[in-house]
Amino acid sequence: MSTALMQATDLRRHYPVGGGLFGKKGLVKAVDGVSFTLREGETLAIVGESGCGKSTLARMATLLEPPTEGELAIDGHPTATASATARRDLRLSVQMVFQNPYGSLNPRKTVGAILQEPLAINNRGDGPAREAAARAMMRKVGLRDDQFTRYPHMFSGGQRQRIAIARALMLNPRVVVADEPVSALDVSIQAQVLNLMMDLQEEFRLAYLFISHDLSVVRHIARDVMVMYCGRPVEQGSKDTIFTDARHPYTRMLLAATPSVDPAHRKVTEVIKGELPSPLNPPPGCAFASRCPHSTDICTAERPALREVAGHGVACHHAEAIG
Amino acid sequence: MKLLEIRNLAVEFATSRGRFRAVDGVDLTLDAGEILCVVGESGSGKSVTMLALMGLIAWPGKVSADVMRFDGTDLLGLSPRQRRKLIGRDIAMVFQEPMTSLNPCYPVGWQIAEALRAHAAVPRAKVRDRVVELLDQVGIPAPASRMGAFPHQLSGGMNQRVMIAMAIACTPRLLIADEPTTALDVTIQKQILDLLIGLQRQHGMGLVLITHDMGVVAETAQRVQVMYAGQMVEEQGTDGLFATPRHPYTAALLDALPERAMGRPRLPTIPGMVPGIDDRPDGCLFNPRCRFTFDRCITTPPALASIGDARARCHTPLDGQGRPA
Repeated sequence: MSTALMQATDLRRHYPVGGGLFGKKGLVKAVDGVSFTLREGETLAIVGESGCGKSTLARMATLLEPPTEGELAIDGHPTATASATARRDLRLSVQMVFQNPYGSLNPRKTVGAILQEPLAINNRGDGPAREAAARAMMRKVGLRDDQFTRYPHMFSGGQRQRIAIARALMLNPRVVVADEPVSALDVSIQAQVLNLMMDLQEEFRLAYLFISHDLSVVRHIARDVMVMYCGRPVEQGSKDTIFTDARHPYTRMLLAATPSVDPAHRKVTEVIKGELPSPLNPPPGCAFASRCPHSTDICTAERPALREVAGHGVACHHAEAIG
Repeated sequence: MKLLEIRNLAVEFATSRGRFRAVDGVDLTLDAGEILCVVGESGSGKSVTMLALMGLIAWPGKVSADVMRFDGTDLLGLSPRQRRKLIGRDIAMVFQEPMTSLNPCYPVGWQIAEALRAHAAVPRAKVRDRVVELLDQVGIPAPASRMGAFPHQLSGGMNQRVMIAMAIACTPRLLIADEPTTALDVTIQKQILDLLIGLQRQHGMGLVLITHDMGVVAETAQRVQVMYAGQMVEEQGTDGLFATPRHPYTAALLDALPERAMGRPRLPTIPGMVPGIDDRPDGCLFNPRCRFTFDRCITTPPALASIGDARARCHTPLDGQGRPA
């Protein structure tokens, strides 16, 4: 078994809101009890609708925000108790690729400058060494050498995402957090970027925390999957068991709602009624109960814990009956 | 008679580097009660085609077509006044990005009522009732109280429903939906698509759905048109398109889908990218990226060729095994 690069134990992130002159104070539980282990060369996909806490989780994983509760260890070092200098080093080993390559690159810097910036900020090497490293990384992600002095607007979306990936890899991170890295790209370009990410993973033994809402992409790239709903994991385990034997009604509906490219599979399925409940006043019990066709009295009274059913973790009272 | 008939549509824009054809040689026909999907990557001219149909291409854009008829009415020869009567009543459009398409300064109920008032579709005293009815029809809970809500108070899915309510306010005969679900989550996407198809069946509307998502095409369309760099490259029934794509571009696009690559670690890709304004090749526009390019592809632009039930803009459309015929 390869080493665990990132270990999260019961991570929580709560935001106090309101409390103005007339407002009522509240607590948004953006992430509420997430645990996972991410190993070298593996990909964990986080799946869920907007507002389910995926991006807050990414911010915690990249140490941009401390968790309110819970423990995050990177490469065996707990982040909460680390000194400021140690935290800085840990932060370097986790890098991020953002969703929108049009917004995440500085339009006033050349590709070369963008790629050298992480090295310059962290005092790695001298000028010529930094330039050589940047040029080498450009070749790795499939950009031409003569594009070194070009500006981001001269590139297409797919090429810009290559630049963003190259920038994330400049400091030799162990873990890359990719927040919807291909959702802004067209299908043919998406395939190129996914291939590149898989090649780089193999070459550098990277671990990916891959955040996506596209289940077909997740099925292609991930090894493990965590489905989140209202800040909590509802189903978590290896890709194979989740895609073939999903036990949580939310996962099943998510799978059913994803359009298949096989017209013969045109499904007449029950759609999920309604929308996500407000994270400000989450209902007691199971957060999905109000939209769930299987819900019974116990669902609104008692919050289901993540437990082992059918070879993976499921947070549902009726997991055995469904399937 | 066809509900919509467009032949050889071209849209040109004057640029500093000369004229640029954003759309070239697009044919589009639609029967009442039919669902047509127009699919293509960004920059392929899908949206411009529909804007041309709606008469929303402004100067310096120039629209030309051999035929452009809606239910027998020539759309090109309409005066602005006649056009305003038709658009919004008989032909309606749902735009992408509901958050930016709605006016943030007015309540959503008022914006829906505007369409009804402009076309005097119902007596003034009944407008309010009709708005409530429409909001209810598109599945917005507590419609009477949501009438006064502003767009920022509603979620993306709710705003898209408001856009649909606005479009169907005057029970149009042709509804054009431009990427209606692109900004939405899959479960909300499913709800919106089901809603559109339900309304289409209920009113016998013609529905043109523009999308870049092959999954959406497979789930909704009866017929599909594939666009590439401003041209229609293939037209076929949905089942046929997914089983035996005739144009190499369509075939490559389908192969690049992760869902079709089950078990294989690497996805087949299309090298290069869609040509932009100043790098359009001679001959077939797809020839620099095509697997089957030969001499004629580089010199001569292909015409639309019929093969089976399909039409493909290719010198050598693919046979059933994915090889050039």
